[in-house]
Amino acid sequence: MNKYQNPYNPEKIKQAHKLLTEFKYELKPLEKGYANRTLHVHVGNNTIKSKPVTQEMKDVFTGGKGFDLKLLWDAVNKNTKWDSPENEIVIAAGAMGGITQYPGTGKSIVCGISPITEAPVDSNVGGYFGPYLKFSGWDAIEIQGIADKEVIVYIDGDNGIIQIFEAPEEAIDSHLIAEQMCDIFASNEQEKKNITTVSAGTASEHSFYGCLNFSFYDRRRKVARLKQAGRGGLGTLFRKKKIKALVCKFSKLNVNNNNVADLEAIKRISAEYHRELFENDDSQCDMRHVGTAHLVEIMDDYDLLPTHNYKFGKHEKTGKISSPVWREMFTQGIPDGCWYGCTMQCAKCVDGYTLRTGPYKGDIVSIDGPEYETAAAFGANMGIFDPHFIVEANFYCDTYGIDTISFGTAMAFVMECYENGILNKERTGGHELNFGCGEEAMEMLHQMAKGEDFGKTIGLGIHRLKKLFVKEFGADPQFLQDIGMECKGMEYSEYVTKESLAMQGGYGLALKGPQHDEAWLIFMDMVNNQIPTFADKAEALHYFPMFRTWFGLQGLCKLPWNDVEPPDNAETDEPAKVPKHVQNYVDIFNAVTGKNIDKKELILQSERVYNFQRIFNFRMGFGTREYDQIPYRSAGPVTIEEYLSREDRYDNQLRDKWNWDPTGKSVEERHQKTREFREDAYQKLCDAVYTRRGWDNNGVPTIEKIKSLGIDFPEVIEILENYFQGK
Amino acid sequence: MKILIKVNDNPLEWEKNMTIDTILKKMKYSFKMLVVKVNGELVKKSEFGNFIIPEEADVKVIHLISGG
Repeated sequence: MNKYQNPYNPEKIKQAHKLLTEFKYELKPLEKGYANRTLHVHVGNNTIKSKPVTQEMKDVFTGGKGFDLKLLWDAVNKNTKWDSPENEIVIAAGAMGGITQYPGTGKSIVCGISPITEAPVDSNVGGYFGPYLKFSGWDAIEIQGIADKEVIVYIDGDNGIIQIFEAPEEAIDSHLIAEQMCDIFASNEQEKKNITTVSAGTASEHSFYGCLNFSFYDRRRKVARLKQAGRGGLGTLFRKKKIKALVCKFSKLNVNNNNVADLEAIKRISAEYHRELFENDDSQCDMRHVGTAHLVEIMDDYDLLPTHNYKFGKHEKTGKISSPVWREMFTQGIPDGCWYGCTMQCAKCVDGYTLRTGPYKGDIVSIDGPEYETAAAFGANMGIFDPHFIVEANFYCDTYGIDTISFGTAMAFVMECYENGILNKERTGGHELNFGCGEEAMEMLHQMAKGEDFGKTIGLGIHRLKKLFVKEFGADPQFLQDIGMECKGMEYSEYVTKESLAMQGGYGLALKGPQHDEAWLIFMDMVNNQIPTFADKAEALHYFPMFRTWFGLQGLCKLPWNDVEPPDNAETDEPAKVPKHVQNYVDIFNAVTGKNIDKKELILQSERVYNFQRIFNFRMGFGTREYDQIPYRSAGPVTIEEYLSREDRYDNQLRDKWNWDPTGKSVEERHQKTREFREDAYQKLCDAVYTRRGWDNNGVPTIEKIKSLGIDFPEVIEILENYFQGK
Repeated sequence: MKILIKVNDNPLEWEKNMTIDTILKKMKYSFKMLVVKVNGELVKKSEFGNFIIPEEADVKVIHLISGG
C-alpha cells in the first residue's frame, strides 16, 4: 500500500499482467558511447527486433535526434498522419548521453509525427530513461503500431529481456504509474533508483498537446519524479498507441558505462567545470536554488514576460510569482539533478503540497517545478498571479500528461477570445474565462482529463480552435490569426518577441514550431543591438540553431552551456557563445568517441540533421515559407490598446527607423503603418535566413547544399528534384 | 547643455560621478550575466561600482544569452 488516499495494490496490478511477447538479446559493453544497435518494438503485432547501427548512420546522423529522425523517416511515408499505425515514437540518448562526470548529460530526445503540427517533432527531456536505455544496449527505441489493449513495454537491461504485456490495472496518470512501476519492478526500496518510466496521462487522450513524462526515482524524497517531453503532443501519440508505460530497468551504473575513449580527459574537463559552477552560480543565474524560474522577474524588467496572451511584457503583480517566492516554496538543500553527476541541480521541487482540487484533492504530493515557462504561462500570460494555482496546475498538467506551455498559451488565447465576446458563458459551458480566473482555468484542465465539455475543446490547440471559433461562432478569422500565438500548429513558448525581429525568426523559422530551444536572441538583438542588419540576424539564426541542435544529437541539456559562465568569459572574442564551454563539448565528444572533431565539425554535424529535418517537413507537406509565417502579435501590436502601451517606442521607430513622420497622424494610422513596416521586415528576415542557410527563397534546401552536407540520399534527392523541376 | 553618453547605441544623459552601476540602474538592466565595455575597454564586474564613466562615453552592456 502507499501514501495516497485511494491506495493501489502493486501485487494485484502485477497479477493482472498478461505476457504478449518476449525478446531476449545479448548484453554487450558499449563502444565509445554507442551501443551500435537500435530496438524496434511493434505494439500492434507484438514483434520486437534489433537493428544494426552502421558507421554511415553514425557519420551522417551522429546520434540522438539524428538517429530518431533517420529511423522515423524510414518508418513513415509522405501520407502518414499522426494517428497512422506506422507513425512512431522514437527515443534516443546520444553518444555523450549518460556520462556522469559532466553536468546535463541525461537527456532523452523523442521524435514522432506530431498530432499538433502533423509534421516531425522533437522534444528533449531529463530523467533516467535515455541513459538507462543506452546502457541496456540500445542507441534508440522505435515504438510503432497501435495496441489492441492497454500495454506496457518493459526493457530489462540487467538480463537482456524485453517484454510487451497487457496491463489492465495500472493507473494512466503519471504520478501514480511512475511509482507503480517502481513498486512492481524493483525488489526493494534500494532498487527503485534503477527503474525509469515513460508515461503520459488521462488528458493526453483528449487533447492534441499531450506530453510524455520521464521518471527518475528520488531516493531522498522517496518519490518517482517526473520530467517532461512537453512539446508537440507526443503524449497524445503515446496514448493513441494504447501504451500505459515504457519501463527500463538498469542496475549496473558505474563511472564508465559508455566505455569512452579517454575517461581521464572527461574527468579533467568536468572537474574544472564543476568548480566554475560552484563558484559562480549564486551570483549569476542561481540555478541551484530556483532553477529557470529565476527568469520571471528578469523578463518582466525587460518587458518580455508574456502577459494576457502576449499583449504586454510586464505586470505590476509579477512579484507574486517571481524567484523569491519560488525559492521559498522549493525545498532547498536536497540534491536536485535529473541525472547523475549534474551539479547544476535545477530540477527544483515543491514538497509536501496538499492538492486542493480534482481527483487527487487532499493527497500530499511532490511537484517538479514550476520552471520559468510554466510560471510565465500560468501566472502572467493567463493573468493568474497566484503561486498556488501555478503549482497545482503544474502538478495536474504533468500527471494528466499535458504540455504546460501549450496549455498556458492556449488558455491565454481562449481568455482573450472570452474578453472579446467571441466566447461567452453559454459557449464555455457556464464558465467565465476572463484573464485571472484561476478556478475556472483549473476546471478546464480537469475537464480535459475527463474528455468532457469545453476543457476538451481547449485541448484542440490554438490552430484548430481558430477554425472552430470562425465556423461555430462567426469570429473574425484575421483577428484570431493575429492573436492566436501558434506557428506550424504549435503554441508559442513564453517570451514576448515584438521588439526583437531576430527572435521573431527564432520562433517562426524553428523547424518544429515556436519553441525557443533553437535560438534565444532577444538580448543580442533588442537590448545589446549587436545584430542590427538582416545579415547579422541571419548569421545568428544560422549559428545558434545549428549549435543548439547539437545538444539534441548528443543527449545533452543546454543549460550548463550558458546558464553559468567562466569568470574570464567576458574577455573572449565572442562571449555570447561561451567559447570555453563550446570547447569543453568538442573535447568531451572526442574523449567519448575517440574522434577528433573541431568546432566547425560540430556545426556540420548539426547542419546535416537540421537540413534533413527541414526536408522531412517538406516531405510531409510542410517545410516551406508559408509555414514559417507568424501571428502578428509576435511581430507587433495587434490592438490599439497594445500600441498605446508602448506609444513612444512605436512613434520613435516610425520616425527614426522607417523615416515616416507620425506627427499629427491618428493612432489608427500609426498603428497600421507600424504593422506594414514590421510585416515587411519579417519577410526580409526570412529572405536573409534562407540565403544564409543555403535554401531557396521558399525555404527549401537546395540540392547543392544537400550534396555538400552528404545527405543526398536517393529518396532525398528525388523529393528535391521533383520540387525544383516543378518550380 | 546636456552631455550624453551612448549605452548600447541609445542616448543617456551623462552625470558627474556616474558609474556602471548607475547606468545599470537607470536602464533597468537587472540581468546579471553582463559584459561591459566603455569606449572599447572591458570593465570587470568588480569595478562596476567605482568605474567612473567619462563624458560622451560609448558604453556597451552586453547581455549574454540565457533562458531555454
